[in-house]
Parts: sequence; C-alpha cells; structure tokens
Amino acid sequence: MKNIKFLLLGIFFAIVLSKVQAISWYRFYEMFRFESFHMFGIIGGAVVVSAMIMQLFKSEKIKDINGNKITPKQKQKGYIRTLVGGTFFGLGWGVSGACAAPVFVILGFKWLPALIILLGALIGTLIYGLVSKKLPN
Amino acid sequence: MDFILEPWAWYVGGPLIALTLFLYFYFGQNFGASTNFETLCTMIGAGKVSDYFKKDWKERDFAMLFVIGLIIGGFISSNFLIPNQTIDLNPKTIQELTDLGFTNVANQYFPDEIFSNEAIFSLKGFLILILSGVCIGFGTRYAGGCTSGHAITGLSSFQLPSLLAVIGFFIGGIIAVWFIIPNLF
Repeated sequence: MKNIKFLLLGIFFAIVLSKVQAISWYRFYEMFRFESFHMFGIIGGAVVVSAMIMQLFKSEKIKDINGNKITPKQKQKGYIRTLVGGTFFGLGWGVSGACAAPVFVILGFKWLPALIILLGALIGTLIYGLVSKKLPN
Repeated sequence: MDFILEPWAWYVGGPLIALTLFLYFYFGQNFGASTNFETLCTMIGAGKVSDYFKKDWKERDFAMLFVIGLIIGGFISSNFLIPNQTIDLNPKTIQELTDLGFTNVANQYFPDEIFSNEAIFSLKGFLILILSGVCIGFGTRYAGGCTSGHAITGLSSFQLPSLLAVIGFFIGGIIAVWFIIPNLF
C-alpha cells in the first residue's frame, strides 16, 4: 500500500479546494465575469509558487522520493487542439462550475448532480477516444 | 479551531495548491486531474470500443486513490469543516444573478437552480449538467489537460500549449457566463 499517500494527498487537496471555495459555482461565475480577484489570486498564487518549485526540480535541488530527476510531462503541441479543446472545457466549466478535480470533490457535497456531470465527462472522454485520430491537431 | 472552520483567504489557497503539486511530483507522478476520466473509461471497459482506452489502468492505481481521496475530502469538508457556506460574492454579481431569477444567491456553494433535486430531475436541468460534463470530458482530453494539468502544472513549467489551453478555457468560460447562462435562466 505504498500509494496510500496519494489517498491522503487527495483528501488534503479536496479540503484546500473546499475551504478556499474553489469548488463553488458562484466563484467561477464571478471569475468569468471578472468581478472578483479571489479565483485569480488563488490560481495566480498557485502558478507563481509552483513556478519556483519547478525551478528547484529543474536544477535538481529536489529529486523525487526514488531519487529521480523530476520533469513535468511535455504537453502535446498544436494550436487547434489546445484552443478548441480548451474552449469546450471552458464551456462546460463555466456552465456547471465544475472542473476535473472539483467534480470529484463536489461528489462529497452534492453527489447526484456531481455524478451526472461525471457521467457526462466520461461520455465526452469516450467520444474523444473514438474520434481522436480524425481530429485536427 | 476558528481558522479551520472559517473560509480561507485566496493567499492561503495558492501556496497550498502548489504544495499539493509539489508532493504529487515528489511522490514520482505528474500532477493533473483529467487523465482520470480516461482511466475511469478504461476501468469500465471502454477498451472494447476503442483502442484509445486499451491501457493497463493498474499503472494508474495511485491516481484512482487520489480520486477516492478527493471524494472523501469533499465529504469531510461538507460535513465537518464548512458550517457556513455563505460566499463573500461581489454584490454586483449577486445582483446580476438575482436579476436572472436566481434565489438565495451565494448563501451556499451550489445554486439550487442547477444543483437541487428539482432542477436535476427536470429535462432542462439534467441536460445542463450532462452536456456540461460532455464538454468537460471531451475538452480536457482534446486540450490535454484541465486547470490542474494546464493552468497550474503547464503554466508554471512555461509550456506554450498550456498558455493556449488556458486562453481556450477563458474563451469557453466567458461564452458560458456572458451568453449561455443568461439565455438558460
């Protein structure tokens, strides 16, 4: 059970997202209306601190638990893929107020609506899997 | 104890999210959430309809434990850590939503107009949730990540695709709240 630490990390992350209200439909609505700094502060703060952490990984000042160099996976390149895919995700996120990690957290708050969103997300993933080879990059 | 039960400020959230990212990488894995949709599809047998899902999900058992942790953490938060779900929303935002017909705006995390049983058992309410989900699933997989994988991991490691994806997230989100929500309610 060496992976039990990921279970604990998941619990921790869910509590953080819940306590800073980063799972609330209202907070995302307000963010996309540009009427509050709250979510920008959270995401911006996370990016700035993470960028410093990335430098420690890059310079190998910090290695992973097994002593290996930590390198984040390179994201797939392509203008259409990222912009169009991102826009689809933004539409779903803006309407339902759920993104990929929060949808699981919301299961602990409002299980039935979250389950419907999750079911939709699995259908969407399945559609992507079926057509992925035909989609432009 | 007060600190635990009160809402946490934005400047607490950013560093703690970064700490989660740090530990995820330190434990030897790449931080992100939306690949889990793929893994769940594989687990329920999507490999039968598309080779895309023919993977060994057991290699991602750590991620499934993370997901279970997210659900448990959500349950703990909702039942024990947030006695008051009132949100300090911009009064202007509250007014806009009230004008659209929303009630009890910002008195709880999730609006009844979308999340109540009454809403989800109506055809419109069900379609809103399931189609949003389809966009989330399709969009994150096509773009190659979500808020965790692109906006946080990707931007902080200075990857161009992540910047483009985040621009896409905002294009979609802006269309959703400026044009779709006002027409739905």
